[in-house]
Amino acid sequence: MPIITQQKSAAVVIDDAKCIAEKGCTVCVDVCPLDILAIDDGRKKAYMKYDECWYCMPCEADCPTGAVKVNIPYLLR
Amino acid sequence: MSASDIKTEIVETDLLVIGGGTGGPMAAIKAKEANPGLRVLLMEKANVKRSGAISMGMDGLNNAIVPGYATPEQYVKEITVANDGIVHQKAVMAYAQGSFPMIQYLDRLGVKFEKDGSGEYNMRKVHHMGTYVLPMPEGHNVKKVLYRQLRRLQVSVTNRYMATRLLKSADGRIAGAVGVNTRTSEFLVVKAKAVVLACGAAGRLGLPASGYLFGTYENAANCGDGYAMAYHAGAELANLECYQINPLIKDYNGPSCAYVTGPFGGYTANNKGDRFIECDYWSGQMMLEFWRELQSGNGPVYLKMDHLAEETISEIETILHTNERPSRGRFHAGRGNDYRKRPVEMHISEIGFCSGHSASGVWVDENARTTVPGLYAVGDMASVPHNYMLGAFVNGGIAGADAASYCESVDMAAYDEGYLAAEQERVLAPTRRDDGLTPHEMEFKTRRLVNDYLEPPKVTAKMEIGQRRFAEIREDLGQLCATDPHELHRALEMQSILDCADMAAAASLYRTESRWGFYHLRVDHPETNDDEWFCHTMLFKDEFGRMSHRKREVAPYVVPVEADEMAAYHQLRVKTPVAAE
Ligand SMILES: Cc1cc2nc3c(=O)[nH]c(=O)nc-3n(C[C@H](O)[C@H](O)[C@H](O)COP(=O)(O)OP(=O)(O)OC[C@H]3O[C@@H](n4cnc5c(N)ncnc54)[C@H](O)[C@@H]3O)c2cc1C
Ligand code: SF4
Ligand code: SF4
Repeated sequence: MPIITQQKSAAVVIDDAKCIAEKGCTVCVDVCPLDILAIDDGRKKAYMKYDECWYCMPCEADCPTGAVKVNIPYLLR
Repeated sequence: MSASDIKTEIVETDLLVIGGGTGGPMAAIKAKEANPGLRVLLMEKANVKRSGAISMGMDGLNNAIVPGYATPEQYVKEITVANDGIVHQKAVMAYAQGSFPMIQYLDRLGVKFEKDGSGEYNMRKVHHMGTYVLPMPEGHNVKKVLYRQLRRLQVSVTNRYMATRLLKSADGRIAGAVGVNTRTSEFLVVKAKAVVLACGAAGRLGLPASGYLFGTYENAANCGDGYAMAYHAGAELANLECYQINPLIKDYNGPSCAYVTGPFGGYTANNKGDRFIECDYWSGQMMLEFWRELQSGNGPVYLKMDHLAEETISEIETILHTNERPSRGRFHAGRGNDYRKRPVEMHISEIGFCSGHSASGVWVDENARTTVPGLYAVGDMASVPHNYMLGAFVNGGIAGADAASYCESVDMAAYDEGYLAAEQERVLAPTRRDDGLTPHEMEFKTRRLVNDYLEPPKVTAKMEIGQRRFAEIREDLGQLCATDPHELHRALEMQSILDCADMAAAASLYRTESRWGFYHLRVDHPETNDDEWFCHTMLFKDEFGRMSHRKREVAPYVVPVEADEMAAYHQLRVKTPVAAE
């Protein structure tokens, strides 16, 4: 069967104005136990790439600029 | 992509530890302390800095044996009784004796435990019989402390490698393991004299009621790889029918947490605000009473704190909303929950395997040795019951020290090249297809069927249907398709989950009695049958590759338990005229 993609809401939100990924920061991507964050190649900002979050919060706690906000995934809210 | 397109690196070490959460780092640390010359490699699927159950810290030690409060003998007795007698007491005793020295060791390293004015540990009673809970309101730094010690002792760490299979030599000894990078799909083959498995619980077995695949109680990286690897390596797994099922905050699916609130006066209540269980310590019998209350007109079940004083509630909030599961506060805010105003709705979790909270796992003896020479298992995936965090540390330490001396006594075994090639083929198969089924939907379906057919109350005919449906999914693996390395790692995880589902069904069908309260409640075999089933059940892959079972005698107790004491956990329901059953 062919594979299709479907849209999802991202519970983990990154404030682009605060994110300093363009300066080489990858802290949130490095610490996430589920490996669901990534740096956008074009914008050079972190974002939630996969909807597979355990809402554990190392990404938010360790971000040096306070750019990450972890919301509870909608299905649980 | 074919195996030859993907890079394979081969490295050699003395001891390989798989899983860098709680027990794994301690195994590596204690192996290095025992023999600083030993080469120790720690392989972690995520990043050791923030991986595993304690990624953000911990609210307390759930089972600390502290002199003056309890003796190792009392603890061994309590755990024996809480598990209907089916325990390998020597292993529980090894933990109990190692418990206090480990607390002192962690304290010296900088982990913060609650102390009273005179510097003594501030112990709290939560268990039915003894006093074993040591709060850690400032327990945020556990991972930092471990990481510092790993660096100090020069343990090598490889992050973002997921171990997929263990390697063995022709004579049946451990020879290493295969890892796959979760971001590049590159292989890392590690040759080792000994391997410690510390991959945590099988936390992605049942599907949470929310339907969110990663909304699990356990750290969702712990999907059962350790159980699957041990099984395929021929190790025996014990009592898998004794599921983990926990009382949790509904939908949030995290601890509510009665262990923290209990000592402050909070308790589990029904919709009338009444207590219905005498003790909030998690056991199969407690879960049975919890489930009965949910089914009754007195349900749902709540964690009640609205009767407490404001300063007590704010103290509880500070602990619960900043430490081990800090998003708890955010969840409550979203729901408009306020501990002051109304109790928190609780529910029963989906099923999993986890000795940290129940009693099943890869069989280990008092030295953390499995039935495969050179292979150790520790923490939530090893069979020492009710081990929790401190158990992962203590047994990790035991495994590390024992493995260090084992490594000195053996030479490096040669792994089977054919097996490695076949494993690389299995790993890469989902990357060879352009279309098919996604890991996400295959995982969802497997876990949904686990809920439908394996959850207690267990029914023979339903579990057999479950087995047939899992076999169909196994056939569909030929269509499993992964479009990038991340998806490939989910595809491999999905296969571990399917293995665990098969093991859960087979183990549950084998034990034709009911035991451990709700954990193994078989409606068509409702009685506990000590004559036939006062034994461990061992599940293993036989020489023909079939899932097989055998009984293992419960070894003679080192701490005797009288028959009337053995029933203590069977009387957990509060004795009131209305609620009496
Ligand atoms: C939410 C929560 C609250 C808890 N609260 C308490 C408490 O208050 N007190 C207490 O005493 N205990 C508590 N526990 C229990 C305790 O945390 C665990 O028993 C203990 O941490 C388990 O340690 P572990 O080493 O077995 O697993 P973990 O610490 O979870 O480590 C397993 C590691 O293995 C890695 N891994 C998995 N698969 C692979 C693979 N294939 N290859 C490589 N690496 C892999 C994972 O990424 C993870 O880092 C709690 C557990 C949870 C989940
Ligand atoms: S840690 Fe913060 S600053 Fe760094 S990449 Fe992530 S969001 Fe950006
Ligand atoms: S909350 Fe946890 S799982 Fe979710 S993105 Fe942050 S670190 Fe990853």
